[in-house]
Amino acid sequence: MHWSFYIVAGLTIGSAIAAMSLRNIVHCALLLTITFAGLALLYLQLNAQFIALAQILIYIGAVAILIVFAILLTRGSDAAPASTRPLRGIACGVVIAIAAFATLARAIGSSAAIRQTSPAAQTATVRQIGQELMKNYIVPLEIVALLLTAALIGAAVIALQERRRSE
Amino acid sequence: MISILLSIIPIIAVFPLLFAITTLLERKGLGRIQNRYGPNRVGPYGLLQPIADGIKMLIKEDIVPRSADWVVHFLAPIALLVPVLLSFSVLPLGRNMAAIDLDGGLLFFFAVGAATELAVFMAGWSSRNKYSLLGAMRAIAQMISYEVPLVLSAIPVVMLTGTLSLTTIVNQQAQFVHGIGSWNLFTPWGLAGAALFLVAATAESNRTPFDIPEAESEIIAGYLTEYSGFKYALFFLGEYLGLFALSSLGVTLFLGGWSAPLVFLDWFPSWGWFFLKLFAMIAFFIWTRGTLPRLRSDQLLRFSWKFMLPMCLINLLVAGLWQYSTTWAVPGAPLLRWVICLVLIAVPYVALARVIEPKVSKRVYRYAA
Amino acid sequence: MSNPLAHYLIVSAALFSIGLAGALIRRNAILVLIGIELMLNAANLNFIAFWRYGKNPQALAGVMFVIFSIAVAAAEAAVGLALIIAIYRHYKTTQVDKLDQMRG
Repeated sequence: MHWSFYIVAGLTIGSAIAAMSLRNIVHCALLLTITFAGLALLYLQLNAQFIALAQILIYIGAVAILIVFAILLTRGSDAAPASTRPLRGIACGVVIAIAAFATLARAIGSSAAIRQTSPAAQTATVRQIGQELMKNYIVPLEIVALLLTAALIGAAVIALQERRRSE
Repeated sequence: MISILLSIIPIIAVFPLLFAITTLLERKGLGRIQNRYGPNRVGPYGLLQPIADGIKMLIKEDIVPRSADWVVHFLAPIALLVPVLLSFSVLPLGRNMAAIDLDGGLLFFFAVGAATELAVFMAGWSSRNKYSLLGAMRAIAQMISYEVPLVLSAIPVVMLTGTLSLTTIVNQQAQFVHGIGSWNLFTPWGLAGAALFLVAATAESNRTPFDIPEAESEIIAGYLTEYSGFKYALFFLGEYLGLFALSSLGVTLFLGGWSAPLVFLDWFPSWGWFFLKLFAMIAFFIWTRGTLPRLRSDQLLRFSWKFMLPMCLINLLVAGLWQYSTTWAVPGAPLLRWVICLVLIAVPYVALARVIEPKVSKRVYRYAA
Repeated sequence: MSNPLAHYLIVSAALFSIGLAGALIRRNAILVLIGIELMLNAANLNFIAFWRYGKNPQALAGVMFVIFSIAVAAAEAAVGLALIIAIYRHYKTTQVDKLDQMRG
């Protein structure tokens, strides 16, 4: 494997661990952004150029900003962290996560897919993706459009309601 | 390796130099619009002013507030500058002169443009200052509201060119029809699209009339309040480079990139044409800065969502109609296409503007007798 | 290995379990949502890795699925965060431990 894969993978996993374990929640959100960027680099290594750019645009450019806005709107600017869980709770969570990882790693190690030879690199050009979207995946496209509209209106209504009821 | 360096070094050398020239041009230009000289003390006609500004920024003390989060405070200007510099790499600055010819070049540009908003938040939040935070939230709200018209006004270009690759978009506009270049500006949807793109670009780079986040008379200096010295210079550089990147994208999408307008002007080097058009856009931005008053935050958001978004969607429809109408065999078809498309754009423009303007009474002028 | 697929799958499994750990351990509702986003991203990485190194990459199935998955994840994050904001307005807290009653 190319050495850049190890660096990017290490960065991604490291920032994911830090994002889930830091006290300061805004730092967690910024480290999540670095995780998304690391994932975008991994997609670029996998020849999925459109997905990498869409990942940056949507996750870093929209979801991360949403998370940051929600942090601001629910904490103000006070930096006092709440009380943490007792150690027993943290240990249970870590044990469950390690068990999940062990199960997945064992499944990966014993699968046949990783031992086959892979075909040559195939780039998914934007033109091909567009044609697939318009020919074979047109119904999911329309459904996702409906879903996004419903989510947008729903989120606006949910976040808006309190203000109208209080006045 | 050499070819990589050869593509990167001109960008890093030319655009900050352009930034220095633009700061001087802007101050002189604004001064003249406001009926005064700009800076004229340093060097003949004030031409060495950028050097004086640079020295001042470098030797200023770098103050970080004690309760500020210094890691995030330090990283915010860098997080602003790096995506903006990245976005220059897909722009075709001349014939065969794009640093990278990505298949999804336009998407790359918008993706790294969206990443700059997080830097604004980092700057505002890490300063631990109520006004910085408020300024940062207003700046982010403005930037994400205007990102939608920005992308939507670029979509007709993609639709009619059939590709996201910026070099292909410019190559298609570089063909000459009857001796005139077939720029996207010379089509009705291109005209409306260029106007919408220009307005959205002004708002994305926080220029007047949309510069609430950084105006001195508003909210101290917004998210830049606690920055001084070199970090402020980096923010300034990042903001101007963002302006250049968006102007260059506008030139690429609508004004034909590096192509000449008329076929007999083709001897002028392609990068020369590109920079001439870039200068024209910069001059336009300086002109609007000196002329137009500032919009309030709620006026600006209402303008984006209630006017620009419907106009961008109508522009998309008109672009589709324009493409479909190339198959008409009616005599006088070119003029008919133009008239129909222009009417389809102009009528909603007037109607929307009438509908969303607040009811203000007619202004009464009373002069001293 | 004749196939670098295993490396990407291990990274994806690690990200998934880190997201799972975060969603289980942390008390702040926003951090739970961040964990969920990490899990979704791990699944996307899985899809792209299998598209690249599996059979039949011409069908673009992995890429298509990830496009829709990203769209759905973004919509879900938006609605989830709106819910968290609304809950905060009512209960003045974002700790999931304190949200233990069915009536408001």
